[in-house]
Amino acid sequence: MAIDAATVRKVAHLARIRVGDDQLDRLATELSGILTWIEQLSEVDTEGVAPMASTEAVPLPMREDVVTDGGDAAKVLANAPKSDRGFFVVPKVVE
Amino acid sequence: MSELTQLTLKDALAGLKARRFSAVELARAHLDAIAAARALNAYVLETPDKALAMAEASDARLKAGDGGPLEGASLGIKDLFCTEGVRSTAASRILGDFKPTYESTVTANLWRDGAVMLGKLNMDEFAMGSSNETSAFGPVVSPWRSRGSNRPLTPGGSSGGSAAAVAADLALAATATDTGGSIRQPASLTGTVGIKPTYGRCSRWGIVAFASSLDQAGPIAKTVEDAAILLRSMSGHDPKDSTSLPLAVPDFPSFVGRPVKGLRIGVPKEYRADGMPAEIEKLWEAGVAWLKDAGCEVVDVSLPHTRYALPAYYIIAPAEASSNLARYDGMRYGLRAEAPTLTETYEATRAAGFGEEVRRRVLIGAYVLSAGYYDAYYLKAQKVRRRIADDFSAAFERVDALLTPTAPSAAFGLGENTADPVAMYLNDIFTVTVNLAGLPGLSVPCGLDAQGLPLGLQLIGRAEDEGTLFQLGGALEKAADFRARPERWWRA
Repeated sequence: MAIDAATVRKVAHLARIRVGDDQLDRLATELSGILTWIEQLSEVDTEGVAPMASTEAVPLPMREDVVTDGGDAAKVLANAPKSDRGFFVVPKVVE
Repeated sequence: MSELTQLTLKDALAGLKARRFSAVELARAHLDAIAAARALNAYVLETPDKALAMAEASDARLKAGDGGPLEGASLGIKDLFCTEGVRSTAASRILGDFKPTYESTVTANLWRDGAVMLGKLNMDEFAMGSSNETSAFGPVVSPWRSRGSNRPLTPGGSSGGSAAAVAADLALAATATDTGGSIRQPASLTGTVGIKPTYGRCSRWGIVAFASSLDQAGPIAKTVEDAAILLRSMSGHDPKDSTSLPLAVPDFPSFVGRPVKGLRIGVPKEYRADGMPAEIEKLWEAGVAWLKDAGCEVVDVSLPHTRYALPAYYIIAPAEASSNLARYDGMRYGLRAEAPTLTETYEATRAAGFGEEVRRRVLIGAYVLSAGYYDAYYLKAQKVRRRIADDFSAAFERVDALLTPTAPSAAFGLGENTADPVAMYLNDIFTVTVNLAGLPGLSVPCGLDAQGLPLGLQLIGRAEDEGTLFQLGGALEKAADFRARPERWWRA
């Protein structure tokens, strides 16, 4: 399916990626090319087929609901772009 | 001591154990070779100090007679694996100078068994690519060249650095990962052996996530037996990965060399792609003949939904990627591009940090998961995925393994396939089915094309049956007797 520049702008916002106005048309063409190629899936009869999310037959294992990790603030913050006294410093969220 | 770098992993381990040379000598030989091969751009980070320290510790253990199964072996690590205190970037600007405070399970298993890390290997950004050209560090140049030409070629991708390093003797073997063909296609293009094991065989813990239901780690090595040795150490159940298979690790190397008489091999007719180069078709026929000579029974099989695997993959993988890559928001680690508001900071960070192909896939993923399109795209792709897996299940009722080409072409020139994303995606046409079904796939180098470039054949096995693949891969390797090596034009 062909998608237009307005759709690209909307999806880019959903994905939180800034896309300049000058890139919208090119991206619309590229993404439309990929999506049109994907369209061939509609030829496959999938009536009554259960969707497959995992290739593993066994159910996911459960573990005890206990704390197994933590107390490592210095490690957690080691790669932070900005931190202060044990906290991440982020842009203001509440006006 | 440059000849040390030409040893197989198996022979190097034997030499270390017999103390014919030391782990430090072996590491130094590789570090020298790496320094002389920077034109290939295979390593994004060389870790000579770490390598020598690890090698010294190995020598002490070898001297005491208590070395592990990989004691002293010089290995390269794909930069998708988190290595404690050593920059790990997934070849993306968005991870910047990220230094993990933890070690991936797979690499921890290697160090437990005595291996030595030479450095981190180049790759496509977040493992998204088939030519290593999406790397933020620039492409890897293949050690291989067409006869009489110095045109730079791709080593394939996404594990291009791993494949190039092994082909150029810059590591005895290397770790790699495969989401749609990223171990097997570069192995095919560089004359190396690569195996993507059964989904769940290797822990994904500490490997930068791309598409979690498809991602698997595996080795790239010089021989089938080397690949088996490395995979044995990489594998194993890990409670930290809920999809890790709770299975004991088979002694994979013991399968290499076992007779293959009586095994049934399927040849799927749907893999005879339109426009397949005659040389690949010929090599495939040769592979069938070699396995027949070795006593296998070869039968035709049908995998009717093969052609829908790539389009299904290009819904599922981007959908999972858009979700996985949501974590790169510039707040807790990696790059942050400052902007007036929080949302604008996210958007600026991700625009500056992600390369073109990653942005494209995240956008596709966000689109197919968005309201109104989820059923038409994502759910449909998951149903087609089931069809593809069912095709394999039906085939494996009749055969023990399948034989196919690994890639639809030999190595192509850098820059040749970058204009059309779909043309690049077609590189994975023979490998991606295996990821969707969670099966093991092994690529073995089997010949050269008219330009003197390597071509591989792929063996596909039942889930959890890597052993049969190593058995058959050993037979294929012996019959093909592939000995070609690239000329060392890159040496400074």
